Amino acid sequence: MTEKLPAVEFVHVTRQFEAMRAVDDLSFTVDQGEFFSLLGPSGSGKTTCLRLIAGFDQPNSGSIRLLGQEAASLPPYERNVNTVFQDYALFPHMTVGENVGYSLMLKKTPKQERQKRVEEMLELVQLGGMMQRKPSQLSGGQRQRVALARALINEPQVLLLDEPLGALDLKLRQQMQMELKAIQKRVEITFIFVTHDQEEALTLSDRLAVFNRGKIEQIGVPAEVYERPATAFVADFVGVSNVVDGTLAQALIGSDRSFAIRPEKIHMTDLETPVPPDACSAVGQIQEVLYLGISTRYRVALQGGYLTVVEQNTTSAIPRSGKVQLIWQREHICPLS
Amino acid sequence: MQNIPPASARRPGFQLRRVVNFFYHRPRGLLALLLLAPLLWFGVVYLGSLGALLIQSFFHLDDFTGQVVREFTLQTYGELLSRSNGDIILRTVGMAASVTIAAAILAFPLAYYMARHAPPRLKAALSLAILLPLWSNYLVRVYSWKLILAQEGVLSWFIRLFHLEGLLNLLLSLPSIGGTSLSVSAFGPFLAFLYLWLPYMILPMQAALERVPLSLTEASADLGGRNWATFRWVILPLGFPGVVAGSIFTFSLTLGDFIVPSILGNSSLFIGQVAYIQQGTAGNIPIAAAFTVVPMIIMTFYLIGAKRLGAFDAL
Repeated sequence: MTEKLPAVEFVHVTRQFEAMRAVDDLSFTVDQGEFFSLLGPSGSGKTTCLRLIAGFDQPNSGSIRLLGQEAASLPPYERNVNTVFQDYALFPHMTVGENVGYSLMLKKTPKQERQKRVEEMLELVQLGGMMQRKPSQLSGGQRQRVALARALINEPQVLLLDEPLGALDLKLRQQMQMELKAIQKRVEITFIFVTHDQEEALTLSDRLAVFNRGKIEQIGVPAEVYERPATAFVADFVGVSNVVDGTLAQALIGSDRSFAIRPEKIHMTDLETPVPPDACSAVGQIQEVLYLGISTRYRVALQGGYLTVVEQNTTSAIPRSGKVQLIWQREHICPLS
Repeated sequence: MQNIPPASARRPGFQLRRVVNFFYHRPRGLLALLLLAPLLWFGVVYLGSLGALLIQSFFHLDDFTGQVVREFTLQTYGELLSRSNGDIILRTVGMAASVTIAAAILAFPLAYYMARHAPPRLKAALSLAILLPLWSNYLVRVYSWKLILAQEGVLSWFIRLFHLEGLLNLLLSLPSIGGTSLSVSAFGPFLAFLYLWLPYMILPMQAALERVPLSLTEASADLGGRNWATFRWVILPLGFPGVVAGSIFTFSLTLGDFIVPSILGNSSLFIGQVAYIQQGTAGNIPIAAAFTVVPMIIMTFYLIGAKRLGAFDAL
């Protein structure tokens, strides 16, 4: 029975702060056991959503259901939802063990059982033997793991993560991404992950929602959001995209409806290469060349505008200038709403 | 080859530049120069007078001639530990402790509200209101309390208005702290001290509580902590250094005061009064000095304890 119920359900939720609608009439559902990301620029309402789910904030209108139960007005301590805070929010006066065991202590779990479960959790996040340390003695990555263990020990229905990897450097962040994913698979808890990093959202999520100005622009699995962006905002925010409209659109597809096409879907050839019968093509002039190591990004001028093209650096012959032919498949054109 | 003079020599103010450059390369020298005046002040005026005080406490008064005998002796400290003097010390410490505890209990909610909830304008207004009494004369404020607490004073009027005379009489009939009116009971100096030192408790508490990030309270609620649990396990332990810092002020200020107990209260003596009387009219400088050493010793232990509790992180 509970298998069918969504872990989190928003029904026409609005949260207004004075002049600004941080969350504007949102409705969406997150399934049980899902890794769901809320992706968007800062101020787009994703963190407000998270705070509404956690119970730190209440909506002005609408309904928030956790496993089918109305929760919009429940205080945080009455929700079976735990949070990993952006600044980790570890209690500085407690040891790692006391931090992780805090919720069990409040529940008056017997000391021996508490000790055992704290040890298990610290094993899970690879911090075995760190129990007696103070948070100030840990590195950023270790604090992050403590925060994760502390939030998971209660076996919440939903784990909320508020940009938890934001403060870590790139290498550590990539490693933590892998671990987060592995831990989520292991504990089978619904993870709701807030991030402004589109790559992170694509890598980790089962599904993601792209936020803009308190609204959701698109919800879908990562490949769908990347390959078939629904709006110009999504096309532009998730990855690099050519958003084409006006005269250039007229010239390329014979209609001035705007569309998006990913730079890596466009192939650059010399003018003599024959165009396959079902493909589209255009001729342009190379304006800018940006060498990125693994690939090269070109800006190609066409009549009525520019297109960005990315070519993998598989050969050493990188064209620098001159006229080129651009070829792409019709299916890679995404009409935008 | 043409001889080019150094850049500094070609410009005016050559001598001053040399001095400036000299100190630029010797930052420690500059620091020593800057610290010379305050160090002299502290060394001579503060430590010097403390040292003089300490030395005097080891002299004694010749009962027969009434002259101070400048020889090392522990006789004065012997007198200090007599029954009646011991009572004075205990009374003073008891007063300082109860004022401190009452101030902490009164100050915490206000400091918490100011640190966590008050909007900026209200917070500024509250800070001003807390500091405002410090602008008026201390003696005037103490005498005001004498009037407020007098038998025909405004507080008695309020008590009659609410028909609480029974409660008042019960308080006043308590042995050793009661009296004929609040003004001349031990409650008189207690209330005046509490009023006088409360700002010194509120402000460090507020500073300490402001340093507790909001996310910690949220984290506690998130992990199942109701208001009381969050207060008990997160806010109180993290705000406690502020309480201790504030108590250093309330405790030491009460310990040394001699004006409040001489204007209010049941004329039983406090340490400060004894020091004042003994060195003035009685001319017994050694016993006055010995009495002054008592709060110094108490405060030394108090500060060591406070440091252990992290109070100085909140100053």
